[in-house]
Parts: sequence; structure tokens; C-alpha cells
Amino acid sequence: MSTDRPIFRHPQAAQNSAGFTRKDYEGAISTLCAGCGHDSATNAIIQACFELAIEPHRVAKMSGIGCSSKTPAYFLGRSHGFNSVHGRMPSIATGANMANRDLLYIGISGDGDTASIGMGQFAHALRRNLNLNYICMNNGCYGLTKGQDSATADRGSAGKKGVPNPYSAIDLCELAIELGASYVARGFSGDKQQLVPLIKGAFAHSGLAFIDVISPCVTFNNTATSTKSYEYVREHIEATNTFDFIPLQQEILAHYPEGTSQEVVMHDGSIIHLHKADAGKDVTNRRKAVNSLEEEKAKGRLLTGLLYVNQDIMETHDIINSTLRPLNTLVEADLCPGNAALQKIMAGLR
Amino acid sequence: MNQIERVNEFVVRFANVNGSGSASANNLFAKAIFRLGLPVSPKNIFPSNIQGLPTWYEVRVSEHGYLGRRGGFDLVVAVNGQTLLRDYRELSPGGYFLYDSSRELTPDFDRVDVTPIPIPLTDLCNTAFQNPKLRQLLKNIIYVGSLAHLIQMDFAVLTEAIEQQFRKNPKLAEPNIKALEIGYAYAREHHPNTCKLRVQKSDRVGNNILMDGNAAFALGALYAGATVVGWYPITPSTSVVEAFEKYSKMFRVEADTGRRKVAILQAEDELAALGIVIGASWNGARAFTATSGPGISLMSEFLGLAYFAEIPAVICDVQRTGPSTGMPTRTQQSDLLSCAYASHGDTKHVLLFPCDPRECFDFAADAFDLAERLQTPVIVMSDLDLGMNDHISPPLHWDDKRSYDRGKVLTAEDLETRQDKWGRYLDVDGDGICYRTYPGTHPTKGSYFTRGTSHNEYSGYTEESPIYQANMERLLVKWQTARSLVPSSHIKIRDPESRLGAIFFGTTTHAAYEAMGSLAGQGVKINSLRLRAFPFQNEVGEFIDRHQFIFIIEQNRDGQLRTMLISEGDFPPDKLLSLVNFDGLPITAACITEKIQALLEQKPHHSRKDGGKA
Repeated sequence: MSTDRPIFRHPQAAQNSAGFTRKDYEGAISTLCAGCGHDSATNAIIQACFELAIEPHRVAKMSGIGCSSKTPAYFLGRSHGFNSVHGRMPSIATGANMANRDLLYIGISGDGDTASIGMGQFAHALRRNLNLNYICMNNGCYGLTKGQDSATADRGSAGKKGVPNPYSAIDLCELAIELGASYVARGFSGDKQQLVPLIKGAFAHSGLAFIDVISPCVTFNNTATSTKSYEYVREHIEATNTFDFIPLQQEILAHYPEGTSQEVVMHDGSIIHLHKADAGKDVTNRRKAVNSLEEEKAKGRLLTGLLYVNQDIMETHDIINSTLRPLNTLVEADLCPGNAALQKIMAGLR
Repeated sequence: MNQIERVNEFVVRFANVNGSGSASANNLFAKAIFRLGLPVSPKNIFPSNIQGLPTWYEVRVSEHGYLGRRGGFDLVVAVNGQTLLRDYRELSPGGYFLYDSSRELTPDFDRVDVTPIPIPLTDLCNTAFQNPKLRQLLKNIIYVGSLAHLIQMDFAVLTEAIEQQFRKNPKLAEPNIKALEIGYAYAREHHPNTCKLRVQKSDRVGNNILMDGNAAFALGALYAGATVVGWYPITPSTSVVEAFEKYSKMFRVEADTGRRKVAILQAEDELAALGIVIGASWNGARAFTATSGPGISLMSEFLGLAYFAEIPAVICDVQRTGPSTGMPTRTQQSDLLSCAYASHGDTKHVLLFPCDPRECFDFAADAFDLAERLQTPVIVMSDLDLGMNDHISPPLHWDDKRSYDRGKVLTAEDLETRQDKWGRYLDVDGDGICYRTYPGTHPTKGSYFTRGTSHNEYSGYTEESPIYQANMERLLVKWQTARSLVPSSHIKIRDPESRLGAIFFGTTTHAAYEAMGSLAGQGVKINSLRLRAFPFQNEVGEFIDRHQFIFIIEQNRDGQLRTMLISEGDFPPDKLLSLVNFDGLPITAACITEKIQALLEQKPHHSRKDGGKA
């Protein structure tokens, strides 16, 4: 049962450039456990939408099944949402995107939904570089069915049941980079300062933007023996870069020493400004991006931040050369060749 | 020896090696018969293989207009060493055995009731042509030339067909015509009066066309405004999407930008294929997929979602022989139950049953209107025989006055002017169909949350039993509305007094009509109902009620349509007599006639003599 929020609005609430208050981006009250990382991730999405002054009704929220997939009910209440079936969000999002390329698509999934039952669809949305903001709320376990290990659980990590996971973990970011995603980032639900700009960058990006949000499960996987607990993640986090997202038409004010900053211009003209701890890192190089992830992993660290971005990979619509007009706006005159043309075909069949 | 002597009424079978280029030669022969004004029905009986296994092509010539398979063959062109003896043995008594006499036959070929027609195809071909690639193809053309002489076909029809085929590259026509002439001349010299099968010009074809059902469905989808296709390759449905893509290149390219007014995506599997369709339909585009039985199994999950969340989806199921991988290149009508009730929980899906290419076209277009009107999946139940074989059909026709029925969709203006509170699953019209909105329609109104979980009238999640139940019952109201919208059955009353009826659908139709005709000639008058859709309309019940026994004729083992009639219509099972053929080949008139006769003998009060009147 989802509960609607009270509709009272503070008269002096801050408005964004489109005249919306932050509340205009909220949804129903969450029914997730108190302290769930997913609620923080949800808040980061709301914040990103507010700051970018996105029109709520021009967003479509897609999800699969699981705790994470419930969250589209808790943000952007004025947007259409589609809570589909387990592991199938990418195909539903693909169809929706094909029908109308003008909306902003936010796909919400979890580690079970993405790395297990939905691995096939995840892989193929990546390789088609669908223009989708794919946010995986990753807690290493199946929350709704009470805490079984997921495929992203690290080997040896143990949740509430206390049994160490014997299998290898799937690194969704490495996969995403290898399979053709054009924007790959990792965030932590406990670090809003980093997560909000990562989401804003994803929204400005054309193509598949994948954000792996480590989002602890407070009920089943927040133990001292888990590698997806708040404490563990805070202790082992390694940010690859600090991140400014500069929307179109805004002046860049900060200046950084040469070699430690990198600018990436997005398709819509906005700019991602990265401040790097290491001048040797380059987020536009796929091989280096995977290397960085592996190097930190070898040190027992979890690399976060913007890991990879490539503005040159075409998104699906451009790959298939489809019209710039949303297909769902085309009518008979655009689509039906008429009987005379049909009779010409018939003549060739006699 | 009694030789088969027939004019314009016989069956020729070609026995070839798959991948040897025989298809175009055999098509050429069928097309030439068609151009002589004779009804023809070619059936490709092919293996699940790219090269090397046996393949057959059966051409029935029937001036009477019988388009189903007859059963048996009167002349065989036997050019596959692997099956030579089998083809010889299966030939009808009095039949003709055309073979490549470049190699001698073994003593096994000793039938006295068969006329051999030796033609040294390989030798003739190798003498005339040097290019090894061309040789293989032209050897097939040589036997078509010989056939032309043997059945006294107008030679010009063949050469014209070749010229048309190669009109863009006349140089390629030359060796083909030469090959035809070689075959023709050899047969004329060595077999002047051997064959007593004849074709003569006729006017029985009229305005009809020769095309396959898959291409017809593709055209129907194109004309109906489909813009999104999610699909996964599977025999025998692949050519639906291939044809759609071909026609899209003709008709869906923007003149100014060169961009395409269509999005065709080859999905990673059938689950994703249907997911793409559902996502697109949810977002207001017309979308479809084409698949076969194994794909339907995978799509069941999404069919349940589309049923419960009430999202349009059009699926073309080109059925093949199951279960499991079954016989992928053979036909069957065995997906009825799995399609009608696909997915867990209580579900029912609208099915349409086309019987010829014209209906594939019409039903494709109707399926989009129905799916959007009813906000539910609609499955067009074709099969391999209909989809992949060429059929004589009335020409396709599009009514230029026809507009798309997009169903109950609210625009921004509707939302603005609406007084009452809108609910996505609120049945305000009493027909079980509610109003929907497309994403992005209005800044503040009309958004909702689509879900496969239980929902209330305002699309909110609910676990309240009465609300869940009321929603499930409303879906039954919608099902009743569907009954009034789907195409009605075709009923033929041959004798108003007869107490025998037959019900069939799809590709069983032509063989069934032929069988009904020949039984009527023997005094057994059987009324018939050709089913065109599920849910069953009232006339189905009326038809069953007015007869004492009804033959349910279908191409599967378990009598799936019969099962559905019993469960949906509550008809007494013992009056519904199952008549099935499930060998993977198109059902024949002979099979139906024989089985009806056998069933009548088991029901003594329905012997032949009393014409079915008890």
C-alpha cells in the first residue's frame, strides 16, 4: 500500500528555473525499511531533477521487481511509471523509448533484477546504447525475499544469516563499460554530494548511462561481516574524481591546477567538470577505466565516481536511423501508403 | 499399364537436396501454372537444415479450385539420391517418375505400375554450361523445361516468368532460358507421348494473387501503422519481420531526412521481443512481434502482464510442430491452448484465425484496432503452411477511408475538461474498458503507475480482496465486450436438416471444404462453421446446439479447439467428435474424408445412406 503525501506546500519554498519546487518532484511515502539506502538514492534523483528543472511529466520511470523497483512510486509523482516484471525493465524501457524518443527515461533496477534474472536484458540494453538512465540500487542481497545473497555479493561477504557467500561477485560497472554503455558511474547512497551530480550528468548524457548505486540493506545486509554495509562502504570507498555538473548556460567559476581537471561536453551542451586526484586518469578511455576499477579492487577499495564516459557512441535511435519525430505522434498520413500502392504490389503477385 | 490421365487436376512432387537452388526452379513451375489461369497450391516440405538434407516441393494443380493438400502425388521429379527409392515407392499407381538418368537406376526400381521418364539432367547441364555455380542451379531449370513439354504447358509462360524475374538483369535470363529450352527439347525428342497429365489454359484464377501469409501479415501491420517491432528470429515466423522491413524501406523513409518512420529491433530473446512491444504500446505506438510456439512459451510472462496491466500488444504466432523444439520446419495448429490461456493466474487472450493471405492482411490490421480498443494482447494464429507457402488468395485491399481505432486514450484537452476524477482502471462506460493516457500528455494530470501487481481503480497498489476481485471481474466484462468485436464465424449450411456439423479454422479450411464437397457427393451433407476468433461468439453455440454431432477438425494431437469449446461453451463432450491430423504436414482432404467416414461408421444411426439425418 503506498501512501500519498500531504499536498501542503510551503509558500516560500524555493523554485527552480522552471518554476517547480522540490516537492513537485516527490512521490508517495516510501514503504521501504527505515534507513534503507534506496530512500537516499530516491532523494538524490529528486534533487537532481529539481536542480536541472526537468519537467516532471516529460519523464517516464521504469522498473523491474524488487525493493529498488518499488522506488519509482516514491519520486516524481507527476510522471508516468511502469513497474514491470522481474528483470525485464530494459526491454520495456527499450520499447517505450522507441515509441517516444523525446521523454527522459529513468530505469530503476536492483542487483537481483539486473545481475541475475535480468542479466540478458541488461547486457543488450548496454550494447544498443539505449538512451536510458539505468540506476541500479545495489545492496548485494534479495531484500523482498528476506536476504538471500545476490550475484553482486562479494565472495566471503556474509549478511544477517551469517553464511559467507562462496561465489564470485559480478562487477556491474566493469560489465557496463565492456558491453557498450557510454556513461558509467558508481555512487554510494550515503554520499549525496557525489551521487546528485552523477545523476545529473547521466540525464544530460545521450545514450545508456549506468549508475551503480551501492545502497545498503539495513535489514538483511548491514552486518559487520558484509561488504555492502554502510560502515564497510564508508571505510573502503575511493573516489576517482570529484565532480561538478555544469548545466547548459551556466558559467564555470572554479579553476583547478592543470592536469588535475578534465572537461567532458555532453550532447545537450552541458559540461561535466572532473577534479581528479590522479592526473593520469582519463574517464574517456575504456581500457584505463576498467584498469582503474581492477586496481582499486586489488587494493580492497571500492572505486566510485564517474568511471567512464564516451560521447561518440551513437544511441539506439541513431544506430537504426529512426525519425527525429516521436513515433507515437505519427498518424495515418505518415504511416499508411494507401490502397493504390497496395494494388501495385498486388500486380506483381499475379 | 494404367497411366494416370488427367487434365488440370493433379499433383507434382519435386524431391530435391536442400540448399541446391531448387526453390527458385520449383517456384517458377508453380507460378507458370498460376499464370495459365489455374488454381495452384505449392507446399514446401523442408528440413530444419541449411544444406544437404532432403526437401520436397509439392504442387497441386486444381481447376476445381481445391487449395488444400490432396494427398499422394501423380508425377515426381526425383533428383535427390538420398530419397530416390522412397520417392519412387510413394508415387501413386499409374504415376510418372522423372529422374536424372545420368546415373542408372538400381534393380530396386522395379514397379510395373509406374512410367519412368529418364532425362540425363546432369549430362545435359554439364555439356551446356561451364560455370560450376550456375550448373547446380540450371540443372533444376532443365527439369522445369522438360516438365513443360511433358504436361504440354505453354512454353512462353515460362520464358516470360524468367524475363520478369530477371528484368533488372536480363543477362542472367539468358542461361535460364537456354536451360529451359534444353530440357524441353530433350523431352520432346525422347518422351513425345509418355505423360498423360496435361495443363490447359483456364480462367479460374481471376483476380487472385499468389503470396505467402507472412508477407501479407507484414503488409497488414505496415498499413495498420505499426512503428515498433521487437522480434527474435525463429522459423517459421522470421519472414514476417523480414517482409515488414522490406516494405518499410519502400514506404517508411522520410523523403527529407532519409530517416525511417519505424524502429525494428532484433531482441536478445522472445521475452525481450514482447517487452519491447509492450513498452512501445504503453507509450502510444503501434507495435508487434512475430514468433512461433517456443517463443510463445517464453512470452507467457509478459502476456500475463499485458493482460493484467491492460496494455495492447499484437503478436503473430506462426505455429509449427511442437512440443519443445519439435519439428521446426513442419506445420501444426498446436498453440491454441498455450496462447488462449498464456501465463499464470486467470488469463484469457484474444485469438484470430486467418485462413489465407487476405485474412492475414485483414486480421493483422484488425489486431491493432482490437488490441488498442480492448487494451489487451491479440494473437494472430497463423501457421507454417499459411505463413511460408504461397497461396492463391483474393487480392489484399485497403479501404482508404479506414482510420485507426486507437481506443480509449485521453488527450491533454480531455484531461483539462474532465470534471470527474480520472482512474486508469475505472470502468465508466460499463464495457470493462477504461481510459488510458500516454506518458508526457499533460503537465499535472493523467499520470499513473502501471504495475503487474494488484491495483485499484486509480492504479494504486492494493491487497484488498474485494478490490482485487472486482478488478478481475471487470476483466471478464471486457472479455464479453471482446466477443462483440472479434470477426464472426463463416457458416455454410449444406442441408438445413442435417444433424452433422463440422468446425475448423485456419489452414484446415481448404482441405475441410474439399472433404465436405466430396462427402456431399456421396450423400453425406455436413454443415460447417469456420471459426475466425476467440472468444467464441454466440453463433458457435447455436451451431453446436442445432447439430447432433460435430466434427472438430484441427491439426494437433489433443484436440485443443475441442477442449476450449468444452470448457468455454459448456457443450456436452460426447457430441464433439475430435478429428485430428498431427503429422506435421498440411492436413489433406483425403484424411478428413476417411476419418469422417470412419467416425460415421462408429455411430450407426449416422450411416452414409441416410445423409446424416438421424
